[in-house]
Amino acid sequence: MGKQYETVIGLEVHVELATKTKIFCACSTEFGGKPNSHTCPVCTGMPGSLPVLNKQVVEYALAVGLAANCKIHQYCKFDRKNYFYPDNPQNYQISQLYLPICYEGGIEIETKDGGKKTIGIHEIHMEEDAGKLVHDDWEDVSLVDYNRSGVPLIEIVSEPDMRSAEEVIAYLEKLRMLIQYLGASDCKMQEGSMRADVNLSVREVGAAEYGTRTEMKNIGSFKAIARAIENETARQIDLIESGEKVVQETRRWNDEQGYSYAMRSKEDAQDYRYFPEPDLVPIVISDEWLESIRAKQPELQPQKLERYQAEFGLPAYDAGILTSAKKLADVFEATTEICGKPKKVSNWLMGETMRLLKEKNMDPEDLSFSPENLAKLIELTEAGTINGTVAKEVFELIFAENIDPDAYVEEHGLKTVSDEGELRATIEQIIKENPQSVEDYHSGKQKAMGFLVGQTMKATGGKANPGLVNKILKELL
Amino acid sequence: MANVIRDETIDYVGILAKLELSQEEKEAAKKDMASMLDYIDKLNELDTTGVEPMSHVFPVNNVFREDVVENPDGSEDALANAPESRDSAYVVPKTVDQ
Amino acid sequence: MGILELTAVELSAKIRAGETTAVEAMQAVIEQIEKHEESLNCYVTFDKEAALHAAAEVQKKIESGELTGPLAGVPVAIKDNMCTKGMLTTCSSKILYNFVPTFTSEAVLNLEQAGAVIIGKTNMDEFAMGSTTETSYYGETKNPWNTQHVPGGSSGGSAAAVAAQECFFALGSDTGGSIRQPASYCGVVDMKPTYGTVSRYGLVAYGSSLDQIGPLCKTVTDCATIMEVIASHDKKDSTSIAREDLDFTSALVDDVKGLKIGIPRDYFGQGLDPEVKEAVLAAAKTLEEKGAVVEEFELGLVDYAIPAYYVIAAAEASSNLERFDGVAYGYRTESYEGLHNMYKKSRSEGFGAEVKRRIMLGSFVLSSGYYDAYYLKALRTKALIKEEFNKAFASYDVILGPAAPTTAPKLGASLSDPIKMYLGDIYTISVNLAGLPSICVPCGQDSKGLPIGLQLIGDCFQEKNIIRAAYAYEQTGHFAKCPLAE
Repeated sequence: MGKQYETVIGLEVHVELATKTKIFCACSTEFGGKPNSHTCPVCTGMPGSLPVLNKQVVEYALAVGLAANCKIHQYCKFDRKNYFYPDNPQNYQISQLYLPICYEGGIEIETKDGGKKTIGIHEIHMEEDAGKLVHDDWEDVSLVDYNRSGVPLIEIVSEPDMRSAEEVIAYLEKLRMLIQYLGASDCKMQEGSMRADVNLSVREVGAAEYGTRTEMKNIGSFKAIARAIENETARQIDLIESGEKVVQETRRWNDEQGYSYAMRSKEDAQDYRYFPEPDLVPIVISDEWLESIRAKQPELQPQKLERYQAEFGLPAYDAGILTSAKKLADVFEATTEICGKPKKVSNWLMGETMRLLKEKNMDPEDLSFSPENLAKLIELTEAGTINGTVAKEVFELIFAENIDPDAYVEEHGLKTVSDEGELRATIEQIIKENPQSVEDYHSGKQKAMGFLVGQTMKATGGKANPGLVNKILKELL
Repeated sequence: MANVIRDETIDYVGILAKLELSQEEKEAAKKDMASMLDYIDKLNELDTTGVEPMSHVFPVNNVFREDVVENPDGSEDALANAPESRDSAYVVPKTVDQ
Repeated sequence: MGILELTAVELSAKIRAGETTAVEAMQAVIEQIEKHEESLNCYVTFDKEAALHAAAEVQKKIESGELTGPLAGVPVAIKDNMCTKGMLTTCSSKILYNFVPTFTSEAVLNLEQAGAVIIGKTNMDEFAMGSTTETSYYGETKNPWNTQHVPGGSSGGSAAAVAAQECFFALGSDTGGSIRQPASYCGVVDMKPTYGTVSRYGLVAYGSSLDQIGPLCKTVTDCATIMEVIASHDKKDSTSIAREDLDFTSALVDDVKGLKIGIPRDYFGQGLDPEVKEAVLAAAKTLEEKGAVVEEFELGLVDYAIPAYYVIAAAEASSNLERFDGVAYGYRTESYEGLHNMYKKSRSEGFGAEVKRRIMLGSFVLSSGYYDAYYLKALRTKALIKEEFNKAFASYDVILGPAAPTTAPKLGASLSDPIKMYLGDIYTISVNLAGLPSICVPCGQDSKGLPIGLQLIGDCFQEKNIIRAAYAYEQTGHFAKCPLAE
């Protein structure tokens, strides 16, 4: 039997903070927009421009640090990281090396076997994001857009405490949930507001020393991270088994093709010449400031989980799903507040909402319908104004376009047909047209009843009150 | 001269600083840098044990900006001096990883 | 007396009194520029029509009563490393040969709001790196006292323009003596304020922790008046300091009784020209006769300021100048193969030798393995130097010394030996490291007829002490005017 290996993984997670403005200037952080429209002399690195720190960035970084059980450097500074690349207009990035704002924390994850494990956080530091490069398909040129340049980031550097892709995903999910609950970021991986660099090495089980690690940069989804880890683990084991050495290097994961490659360049010395940023003054975080951040921390997931069970009588499983994403919990609470029917709200969120999210490959963060409309829908159903089938149809429209269900139901005449006379006439007609089914029914075939109900619903465009249909059918038969 | 700057050092610093020096400039740079470093080495005469490095001369802290958007569309200004631009973006030689 | 003879404050008073106009003042300056620019080369950018137009606009505002301040209507020259919206700003470098900023630096904005009228942009050592204004891509500036000599640097264009009456006053920037040394070589008055007093917003950075903007002008009264206008707390500059004692003109009193002046013995040793020494000590004597208490003392660590400075300034410069890469503005090389080649060619062709020398040194001292030995060592030395000054200012109100060890050297004599050139900054550099204010006033001429400058250094935020000493000294004698001046 061959040697047994274990994978050792540490993550550097970059999170774009949910500030309105950039870290060092008053430009908007809004996603998208015409290239270079959200820019000014500061974030385009114009000569003579100077940075001024956005206070909210410090507060978000502190909030995340406290929630991740970190210690705080109450005297911290920014440093310059020097490297030439066109997405970086000054050719240096303002970051923190020597005194990062938060350090020595950790968060707990659940392992596959149901146990608990703490993933250590080495540090959290603040820095500025880079601009975007778009590569031209026809010419050998790239286009540079500084709209993202200067968007505030925190980089959360873990200890090399993870041993599998599952642990990595569990850690990332936990981290994402934590940050979303704090409102510090929306953590949308597809928009790049959460990105991870994976540091990975392998070693023989039981070895005391870590193996040589590689770094895979900027992987954009949980699935891609899992695939990259699997691939890189295999690649390193292959190298070791065949007597070769793992080279410490930065690699780029190509998720479509399913392989990684080294980003080697003789022009890239990886010597960042960090030194204290002379254009910014130190940050001194007083005990009072820290205390005020602590006092402002919102209710986090574990507390919510408990409260949902106690206050709304929800089963633990349901409360778990509802609190698994801040957005879901927000919609749940807001809708319940309006309609006062937590169980019904929970059913809509756990059922149709989750189904549609999965079907459309969306995150809970992407939910855009208003709690008012979901509450109205619940009222309509509860009052028997529409039946379940119609409700599901209407919900799909609420989910997609946030329509007003009252208006929509009215406009499209979707109210349940509860006029007994009208319905009786329809059913009489159907019985007349389906003598075979009537016979079958009388000979004890229950299926025939279902068929006749179906025909009735079809004839009424699905709007018939099902209870009434059953009652009339039985009478007439 | 106590400091000797090797060719590799000058080449390496050239990569860091993105400067391409001619052979003649390299020779001059080696000499200049060595004599500057000799001169700078004078600092080693000073005992600075326990002295905190001073990057800012005054103890000014906590200079912040409130998180309020103030800047208008900056694309026109941003591109006003661009050597080459297209579709409101700067044009640079293709950036590739390899 | 011709209009060009007037000080800035006198000129503005006459304009506001209706005895002359901003346009007449500008016309006089333009004539003087046209007469002497060819031999002096003080300006990189000078747009006659724009200057006259701006003067006419200001004149209207003076007449309408909108502008009433002490600098209203006065033509001013701006060193070419301060951004001016719509006006070329080159830092005397090829790499910014076509750069037109989209915003104006805060200090210049303050001047414009006070009604001063920009004539143009003055020549300088490329990116302020040099002590002679010979490293400019646009040709050297010559000393108006003797065109065989340099005007000093890096604010040489500003100093020469003031001396030759090609402006009424000018702004310069000082990272290691770049205002004070040329002021001294050109026989004009200047001030390098306490770090953080004048906003650096819009000043193209050389050594961010050392750079300060200050005036070059004809008299101490002008100096204090200009300082009141350009000093401000700017929210765009995080290192800008909110001060409430910016009423510098209140210190224009002819009284130094009891003022304690210290003369560092270390400033008068080897390397100091005997004629400079004599003139500076005579100035000390004059102040003593006016009632100041003058004493010699040991400052200490004087010899360590230059090496510490060159590490810090070069390190910061290497980073500050990374942005000049041919991507978003400035010079991009004609032909290149790929990104890094474009970077390297644009920068190598765009920067001059002295700039490259300092970028290389700065990149080296910050590189892996050397940061502690060089950069941190220099920052620790800086802390010790600051401590020395703290000790000195516990005993003295003002430290008096020369601005430079010699008078202006001949053209071409300095660049061949960088260390020798750097040694010329020995009396000015430690002031930047410690963030102190300093003023220079002319105190005589050497036997060649070149001016000598007296430097008065104050404690942080104590500009008023040095203004008072300089003003009192200025009242005692009238020093020769530059022969090029009318």
